Amino acid sequence: MSAVVGPSVFGLDPLYIGGVGLAEVLITLLKVGAAFALLLMAVMLMIWFERKLISDMQNRIGPNLAGPFGIFQTLADGIKLFFKEDLIPERSDRLVFKLAPFLSLVPAFLVFAVVPVGGDFDGSDGRVSLFGHETFLQVSDPPVGILLVLAMSSVAVYGVMLAGWSSGSKYPLLASVRASAQMVSYEAALGLSLVAVLLKSGSLSTNQIVAEQSMWNWNLWVTWVVPMVVFLIAATAELNRPPFDLVEAEQELVGGFHTEYSSIRFALFFLAEFMNTITMSAIIVTLFLGGPNGPDFTTVGWLSGLLWFFVKLMLFLFAFVWLRATLPRFRYDQLMDLGWKLLIPLSLGWLLVLASYDIAGDRGWNRAAAVIAMLAVMAALAGLLALALRAARQRRELDPQGGFA
Amino acid sequence: MSASEVVAAAASDEAVRRRDHSAVLRIGEDDGERLEAEAGAGDTRMIMNMGPQHPSTHGVLRLMLEMEGETVMRSKPVIGYLHTGMEKTAENLTYLQGPTNVTRMDYASPLFSELAFSLATEALLGLEPPPRATWIRMLMCELNRISSHLLFQATNGMDIGAVSMMIYGWREREEALRLLETITGLRMNHNYIRPGGVAADLPDGWRDQVLGLMDALPPRLDEFDTLLTGQPIYRERLQGVGVINSAECLALGVTGPILRSTGYAWDLRRDMPYLAYDHVDFDVVVGTYGDCFDRYAIRLNEIRESIGILAQILDQMPPGDYRVQDKKVTPPPRARIDESMEALIHHFKIFTEGFKVPAGEVYAAVESPRGELGCYMVSDGSSVPYRMHIRGPSFVNLQTLPHLMQGGMVADAVAIISSVDPIMGEVDR
Repeated sequence: MSAVVGPSVFGLDPLYIGGVGLAEVLITLLKVGAAFALLLMAVMLMIWFERKLISDMQNRIGPNLAGPFGIFQTLADGIKLFFKEDLIPERSDRLVFKLAPFLSLVPAFLVFAVVPVGGDFDGSDGRVSLFGHETFLQVSDPPVGILLVLAMSSVAVYGVMLAGWSSGSKYPLLASVRASAQMVSYEAALGLSLVAVLLKSGSLSTNQIVAEQSMWNWNLWVTWVVPMVVFLIAATAELNRPPFDLVEAEQELVGGFHTEYSSIRFALFFLAEFMNTITMSAIIVTLFLGGPNGPDFTTVGWLSGLLWFFVKLMLFLFAFVWLRATLPRFRYDQLMDLGWKLLIPLSLGWLLVLASYDIAGDRGWNRAAAVIAMLAVMAALAGLLALALRAARQRRELDPQGGFA
Repeated sequence: MSASEVVAAAASDEAVRRRDHSAVLRIGEDDGERLEAEAGAGDTRMIMNMGPQHPSTHGVLRLMLEMEGETVMRSKPVIGYLHTGMEKTAENLTYLQGPTNVTRMDYASPLFSELAFSLATEALLGLEPPPRATWIRMLMCELNRISSHLLFQATNGMDIGAVSMMIYGWREREEALRLLETITGLRMNHNYIRPGGVAADLPDGWRDQVLGLMDALPPRLDEFDTLLTGQPIYRERLQGVGVINSAECLALGVTGPILRSTGYAWDLRRDMPYLAYDHVDFDVVVGTYGDCFDRYAIRLNEIRESIGILAQILDQMPPGDYRVQDKKVTPPPRARIDESMEALIHHFKIFTEGFKVPAGEVYAAVESPRGELGCYMVSDGSSVPYRMHIRGPSFVNLQTLPHLMQGGMVADAVAIISSVDPIMGEVDR
């Protein structure tokens, strides 16, 4: 085994530099188990937190019977759901119907694997010492970390889509159509705003991205705020959380894609949804808020990072609940308008502005001039597009039956 | 016509109906699935059943929607899932028992049904209730209007997806209901307004409680404004959705906030004053565009107008008796029953046999929170109505649904049902 530090199948984790022996395997298994348990616990607490917080916002008490402050309510619900009768509709596609919950759940777990939850990034690259072995505080650090996130969130679309389609019922079918349109189009905005981060970090590895943000060099301001706003909105849509919860709009589609699901299969969707909320918040923290970065106020080096990470995570979890308590739901066409007409052009344009700024810096040009030139080019293109659209609309008004001929 | 010809005629009739492009879906209530199966793969339209068990059909309304993707093309409201035969029941109940029956129709604003019934009975009897009874009735009706419109705010918010609004609306409505409970003894189905007056005088301290409600509500309504009225998503969802104009409203017999949202200022309280509404000053709130947002804004502002009316009622509440002292209609005071045999018999007769009402027919209408609520009554001179019919505004307003929904999306359909604000108890009766 060579000791070369570089991209490998195991990623950039220093744990594997000295070769893979029993200790390395055990440490990896320990990290996997810890992440798994942490995530499950976090979901349980998140559901409780959301219900308690939204109750406060709505002048209610919320769960308060199971355990102190009702903290075991989720556990009780889980046990109840587990023992419920599992119904599979007669008209459903049985195999797909059974597969869909797992397609939702597994990606939610996998995404968390690339999130660095702790480590001291001020001065070092975030490695901590675990049983005498240097390693990162994340399950895995593949060189394509962020692509894994995007890939997994794409796979998660299939869970929702196939659940709706295979139910053999009309409400879930409509939800399934909504899901495919919504999640696919918001994925574009999500990806484009993410590219702005990659442009600044120069790496797809989550550990590298966090390391680049050490010493208050957070991407939030390095990319000039807008990519994070776009990412947050697109992530909310990707998570199917209010105000973008069209896929499970109770008032319109009864239960949406999970109308026909009951028992533990429904619980799996429920679990996946909240898990996605947590992992997506973790991804936002990683990408834009410097992950575990923050002033060290503890004596133990790695504890400070962990604390900072969870503080930032809570910030976003709180924001998601707040949005849910405040905002009405979008309509399908309005959602598409927002995605395609605002978020995608905005993130694309922002990316070009950032790129022109950087290139001007590299080549020694006047940065302000480069940005202004870029804006002018985009304005010209937007004008051309608007003209073309107007011409098309006029032509359609003159000849409504004409089509494209 | 032979049997085969009848079948053929029915089939061609059905073919015509399927090509119909009006707003109303004209197929049988059980035909949806069969027609879909026959249509084959080329037909992109789907018939979807919404209700009677659905989170946002306000009780047991059922809608058959013909949809192209998410767009609603035609629709058909199917009613009758809450039919309890109240109009027929009324023919077996005395005039004093009548309010107990009608109060269960529109359960969100029960006092208006009681009022319409009582006004009709009094018109047949040629009876004029004392002024205090009239003003108490006005007080109660305005309180009820407030609670009903607050219920609308709650359900409307929830249907649009603003879940917190549901709780806020209900919280405020509970304040109004608490007041109603103090006065009548019940939160709903009060049986408080009866022929000849009201069931009991206002309790001690009622004035302070009404004042308390009047103080508490306006800031809360301003909070609703902050939460919803100016909210861009909320406006996007409601503005320009479910548009109707005055002519269509009049053609369909629509009244109440839906008619007023088109800019047609028609309010029975002002245009055909009953009770003492000509002695109070209030504005008839009208909209401009006839869309869901106007209907929302009208109901919100009518709460404010009702609070203004309450203030005037507090100032002008006359002293005196709370029910007419006509011994034919009014039971004797409780104290007299203990000391007088005749009073006991009198009381017994009034509550078993009831009082006789002269033969004749009459129509009395009031402006309920949902529109014109009328009571048509025919008496044959006995102590029970020969026929009693309620013109329920929810029932008439429900006719607009297919026209409002055509061309909108499923999400619009939900907003439209909510903005029509039907109470199914009143629709099915």
